[in-house]
Amino acid sequence: MFYIYCPYCGEHREEEEFHPKGQAHIERPKEPEACSDEEWGNYLFFRDNPRGVHHEMWVHAVGCRKFFNMTRHTVSYEILETYKMGEQPSITADSQAKPREAAAVSQQEGVRA
Amino acid sequence: MQRYSGFGLVKHALSHHENWERQWRNPTPKKQYDVIIVGGGGHGLATAYYLAKEFGVKNVAVIEKGWLGGGNTARNTTIVRSNYLWDESAVLYEHAMKLWEGLSQDLNYNVMFSQRGVLNLGHTLQDMRDIQRRVNANRLNGIDGEVLDAKGVQALVPIMDCSKNARYPVMGASWQPRAGVARHDAVAWGYARGADAHGVDILQQTEVTGFKIRDGQIYGVHTNRGDIEAKTVGCVAAGNSSVLAKMGGFNLPLESHPLQALVSEPIKPILDTVVMSNQVHGYISQSDKGDLVIGAGIDGYNGYGQRGSYPTVEHTLQAIVEMFPIFSRVRMNRQWGGIVDTCPDACPIISKTPVKGLYFNCGWGTGGFKATPGSGHVFAASLAKGEMHPIAEPFSMFRFHSGALIDEHGAAGVAH
Repeated sequence: MFYIYCPYCGEHREEEEFHPKGQAHIERPKEPEACSDEEWGNYLFFRDNPRGVHHEMWVHAVGCRKFFNMTRHTVSYEILETYKMGEQPSITADSQAKPREAAAVSQQEGVRA
Repeated sequence: MQRYSGFGLVKHALSHHENWERQWRNPTPKKQYDVIIVGGGGHGLATAYYLAKEFGVKNVAVIEKGWLGGGNTARNTTIVRSNYLWDESAVLYEHAMKLWEGLSQDLNYNVMFSQRGVLNLGHTLQDMRDIQRRVNANRLNGIDGEVLDAKGVQALVPIMDCSKNARYPVMGASWQPRAGVARHDAVAWGYARGADAHGVDILQQTEVTGFKIRDGQIYGVHTNRGDIEAKTVGCVAAGNSSVLAKMGGFNLPLESHPLQALVSEPIKPILDTVVMSNQVHGYISQSDKGDLVIGAGIDGYNGYGQRGSYPTVEHTLQAIVEMFPIFSRVRMNRQWGGIVDTCPDACPIISKTPVKGLYFNCGWGTGGFKATPGSGHVFAASLAKGEMHPIAEPFSMFRFHSGALIDEHGAAGVAH
């Protein structure tokens, strides 16, 4: 169960108030008509799907109903930060030093890092 | 290979079952193979088995980072059916169904395939229209199917609440009598034993850490046990496919999600078929051991942690109790999650990739188990010939550029 901080409400709320909405920071091509089939297909369907730090959109569906971004680890499920739409993440896969990732994995049940 | 039989069982009883041969070897990796399969789950082992047995490629390695069948093969709800809507997928899943029907004999291994039938319930008028359309499409493709009304459903499953008082009353169902369940672990073990007997090296606890690619052509893999060379590499890594694709330098149209399932305490035989409902969103069957095997939808967020959130479990059980009030006081015994690689059109990817000689079989999402034999068979044929098998052809990863999607959300997107 996630306990999620909504950057618009300024409060932590339970996971059931939210819906995940997929990878964040995907920009719609400025001129869709000028896209090749490959570019358009990549925009519509191809996703990062990393095993590690991931930036994704969530919506506070039964709260303020606003979309916001979250940086989350996809193995430990640890929420590293939430931030408003239009803002950039302060934590990225590159900025995440290795020790933190190892620590997150070792917290899992039955896993020895 | 030591063949299994009733006579063998009696013979080994005389020596207290202490002299059974190991089912497969634990070989040291060779320097070079003709084909490497990455991923030792059901699909990967089936691929290796058919490669060696039917397509004459015996110098094959299956590389598995954990233990055999420890991923989604061990984590699914074992349902097997082939009643898919579109021709492309119907042919693929029916190909698998035909192999299921002779699998125990073929492998000399009891996979406990039980054709107890699958009901896909309809709770709204639109559900019923979709069911009629799907059943008609199935019949045109030579797949068995019937449309039942609520009375017909009640006759098959007397313990289900088919009354008008239900929150979402059952209006009818599609019924595929040839569908059923199989013993998931036995499928992996049976294929592993068969593949091993044909000379395939099964390398467990061997993790692929990178691909060796020269001029756009693959020539081997890096592993934690050293480099292994092969000009043909097939990746069958389910939830971890995107991670492998990244090593190959390209993206896949996949997202990995946790899919949870649970079993109850064992109870006496009460449910002799499989019941699935997309509308109230849950599915259930009873194993031979007596426990109720229950599942539903994925957790909506991306995850590789092989566990999900409790709200999803709660929704699943709400649906089951809605359909079966009689189960409201059954206690749940175990609950787990597998990592499923979902595809935007709810159909798999069996495909060549931008790297020559590197093939992917992935994107099975929430319903790969039922396709295990068919998936392995067509993938093996493709690897052996270097050309995609006609059944696999429509499932190219490049369909997401051409637009030729196979939209199976109706038959596959929710319930499996």
